[in-house]
Amino acid sequence: MSLLTLRVNGATHEADVDPATPLLYVLRNDLGLRGPRFGCGLAQCGTCTVLVDGAAIRSCVVPAAQISGEITTLEGLAKNGELDPLQQAWIDEQVPQCGYCHNGQIMNARALLDRNPNPTDAEIRQGMEGALCRCMTYYRVQAAIKRVVREAQARAEASAE
Amino acid sequence: MSATFEFPKAVVEAALQTVNPTSRRDFLKSSGALVLSVGVNSFPASKAFAQAGGTGPYPDPDFRQLDTWIVIHPDNTATFFVGKTDGGQGTGTAFRQLMCDELDIAYADTRLVMGHTDITPDQGGSGGSDAIERDGWPMRRVAAEARRVLLELAAERLDAPLAALEVRDATISVGSDSTRSITYAQLIGGQRFDVALTGSDVNATRGLADIKPVDALRVVGQSVQRYDIPPKVDGSLTWAVDMRLPGMVHARNVRPPLAGATLRGIDAASIADIPGLVKVVSRGNYVAVVCEREEHAMRAARQLQVDWAPPPQAPFPASAALFDYMRGATPTSSSEPIRRGNPEAAFETAHRVIEAEYAVPFQGHTAIGPAHALADPSEGQMTIYSNDMKTYGLRNGVAKFLDMPRERVRVVYMDGPQVYGRTAADDVGFEAAFLARELGRPVRVQWMRDEETAWDTKGPAYTFKLRGGLDTEGRVIALDYDARAADYNHLWYNDPDTVLIAQLMGRRSAAPFAGFASAPAVLYAVPHQRMATHVVRLPLIWETPLRTGNLRDPNGPQVTFAFESFIDELAAGAQVDPVQLRLDMLAASPEDDRFLRARSLAAVRAAAAAYGWDPRPSPQLRNTKSRAADPILTGRGIAYTYRIGTVVATIAEVEVDRRTGRVWVKRLVCAHDCGLVVNPEGLRNTVECGMLHALSRALWEEVQFDTEKVTSVDWLTHPSLRHSDTPASIEVVIVNGDPNPGRPDLPPYGAGEASHKPVIAAVANAVYDATGVRLRRPPFRKERVLAALQAAAV
Repeated sequence: MSLLTLRVNGATHEADVDPATPLLYVLRNDLGLRGPRFGCGLAQCGTCTVLVDGAAIRSCVVPAAQISGEITTLEGLAKNGELDPLQQAWIDEQVPQCGYCHNGQIMNARALLDRNPNPTDAEIRQGMEGALCRCMTYYRVQAAIKRVVREAQARAEASAE
Repeated sequence: MSATFEFPKAVVEAALQTVNPTSRRDFLKSSGALVLSVGVNSFPASKAFAQAGGTGPYPDPDFRQLDTWIVIHPDNTATFFVGKTDGGQGTGTAFRQLMCDELDIAYADTRLVMGHTDITPDQGGSGGSDAIERDGWPMRRVAAEARRVLLELAAERLDAPLAALEVRDATISVGSDSTRSITYAQLIGGQRFDVALTGSDVNATRGLADIKPVDALRVVGQSVQRYDIPPKVDGSLTWAVDMRLPGMVHARNVRPPLAGATLRGIDAASIADIPGLVKVVSRGNYVAVVCEREEHAMRAARQLQVDWAPPPQAPFPASAALFDYMRGATPTSSSEPIRRGNPEAAFETAHRVIEAEYAVPFQGHTAIGPAHALADPSEGQMTIYSNDMKTYGLRNGVAKFLDMPRERVRVVYMDGPQVYGRTAADDVGFEAAFLARELGRPVRVQWMRDEETAWDTKGPAYTFKLRGGLDTEGRVIALDYDARAADYNHLWYNDPDTVLIAQLMGRRSAAPFAGFASAPAVLYAVPHQRMATHVVRLPLIWETPLRTGNLRDPNGPQVTFAFESFIDELAAGAQVDPVQLRLDMLAASPEDDRFLRARSLAAVRAAAAAYGWDPRPSPQLRNTKSRAADPILTGRGIAYTYRIGTVVATIAEVEVDRRTGRVWVKRLVCAHDCGLVVNPEGLRNTVECGMLHALSRALWEEVQFDTEKVTSVDWLTHPSLRHSDTPASIEVVIVNGDPNPGRPDLPPYGAGEASHKPVIAAVANAVYDATGVRLRRPPFRKERVLAALQAAAV
């Protein structure tokens, strides 16, 4: 066991864990977070996704001790009490069924839009390919991402006028 | 290990209301105002649980008491208590809508508690798509009864005749005179109704009041947003997978590496170095490791050296040989064939006879989140936190399994990954309860991905033989259907003798369950037909990873794939448009009490109209250009079916890549009639996802195995539909979407499974239309499709 320091959602946390412990278990069992969830433990489904310095990583396989950047989880996406536009679009489009994988869907979409704010339909499909859903909500996930892109474009056009 | 968790409001409320060891109702009576005014956030939730966990016993809530179903709070809001669960189809929202309309209260002023065995009446949890169709009725009737009682109280308090009273948003007034009004809270807030209901069983529950006619419903028919979605997307929801209790330990199972293997010995020293190791538990062939920390339990399960004796004979044929095995096996049971007319004679006189064989492999639930449960054995009780869709069955099953009085066992329902049938969510609850009792501490059990994919129950594999006879006019005059399902020892829900831990411990039911093979739901007029079904068994029936159990619409996708593909083969043989053939065969069918014929014709026509169906026989004229010059072939296919009272017609449009064999379903159109629609947007979402789930079964899903073990163990060896497979367009046409369709008694039918049923057939029919190649065995992965195209020189 050794003392790790993690920066999560803007706060600093310490955890006394075996350094090989995957980040997912430290976030859930030591820090009490609930956004990232266990899906496969193999980096195949995306359910455990968190952002580290803006990049989507699979927390189920990355040892916590290897993380040095700022971690953002689903709980940390909202800013100043306002939901991330993706979270709002998820509500507007009534996206989930069971919702278990939607941490992965939303966090992967956030990383995708941060990389590419105006993705084509094909780029959305490609960028989201690693986020599996067994209720098969893909059609609405894609609709919600397109809605966020559309609304951001509308805002940009409005402010340019 | 000092993490603090906020429990969901519903659970906290449940816990608060069970602090008193007698009953929730008595508690309400003695201190109702107190409990209801306690701010949920100001009350330390873990303390509530610590108290609640040690209480009990937990007698069955009395469904014949109005207070069991509805509580009116002092702030003029209401909480509804129903014995159902919501797998993500929005049924919880729909239940609130149904009850709001009858109670005359605004949707926003209500809450719903579902599936907690100690505080909600036993409606059986979920299953069979009957949430609205069956279980919505008693909810409506008890809400109507509450309204009736409140009106009587108001008439007395306002000194006005009942007929003069009006109700709006939980406020009763004399006519429109706002000075003479009283709220539900003023009448009864925080107190008991103390009104007895009647009914021979929970579904028959009713009071004196009648429910409203459909055309008086206001909340029903609205696309109210689902209340469960915001906490699911902002990370605030506490799921079953999040539950933690003080003193809790983590368990992982260690499964036999070979199906049917026998435990010879465990080398406990092999994990002596693991910190926080609590115990290695073994009983028969069931083995689990328990550690203080989760990552150590995972490591211990991997590292533990276990000596297994291989089984005396191969447990099953390899998946590549499965269908040959099934066709050659002697059935364990065969149904008496369903006969109409004289099919043998009709085949003799038929102008043309067409024959085809189909097959569907084992397909799995493979939930996105592997099974999990937490069991707390505090003070001689057993509380299980679970997402099992049948929490009441889990409670009863665990009580029998552990030989505990039912009153000492309760199940607290919480959200979890999807459960479309008999899943490992059943199995894991028993494991958690068993281990919790062994250790005397709260135990959380979490299955791993390989365990979930390999060992969860499977939908049965099928083989089919079909024959059809056409007359000289191209009409279908004879049909012969012969199906075999590998479904011997089919598991039922939460059965203490057949859950996985029971099997591995050597516990056996007196006789294996015979299993099912289904005949298709046929409304088509075929004068001469014979439908025969058989069940076959694999060599190993106990302790096998190829356990069969209900998977969404248990036999529908398999049977409808074969039958609706064959109807398409008959249409092609007769050179008739496949939509027209179906309309002709439906038009000649007898009417029935669910007026299925008229609604079926309407659904097929609606699907064709929405798609813009161009009448012509399949396949379309074959492209003669080279693969390189014209690589993509496009086609469309239809399939129709019904499920109990719901009718559905689905059209798929595909693009088939001749170079790779990849099938992309570009467009799906579904005409869907489930009668009364409670929440149109919720229905659309459910229908869409039901279709895409079936599309995954059409394109990707197959449980594979060698002669020793299941080899489908993760998302590489068991692929599933992905974002790139998503259709560009999905249209859901709600055929009877109007809540006032001119029939005030329009009943609702189920919607959780019907749209799942015809998709595999629609895709196969579309591939045939595009290519002239008939795919008779899913999944239609590109290697299989490419081989079929090449064999046909397409």
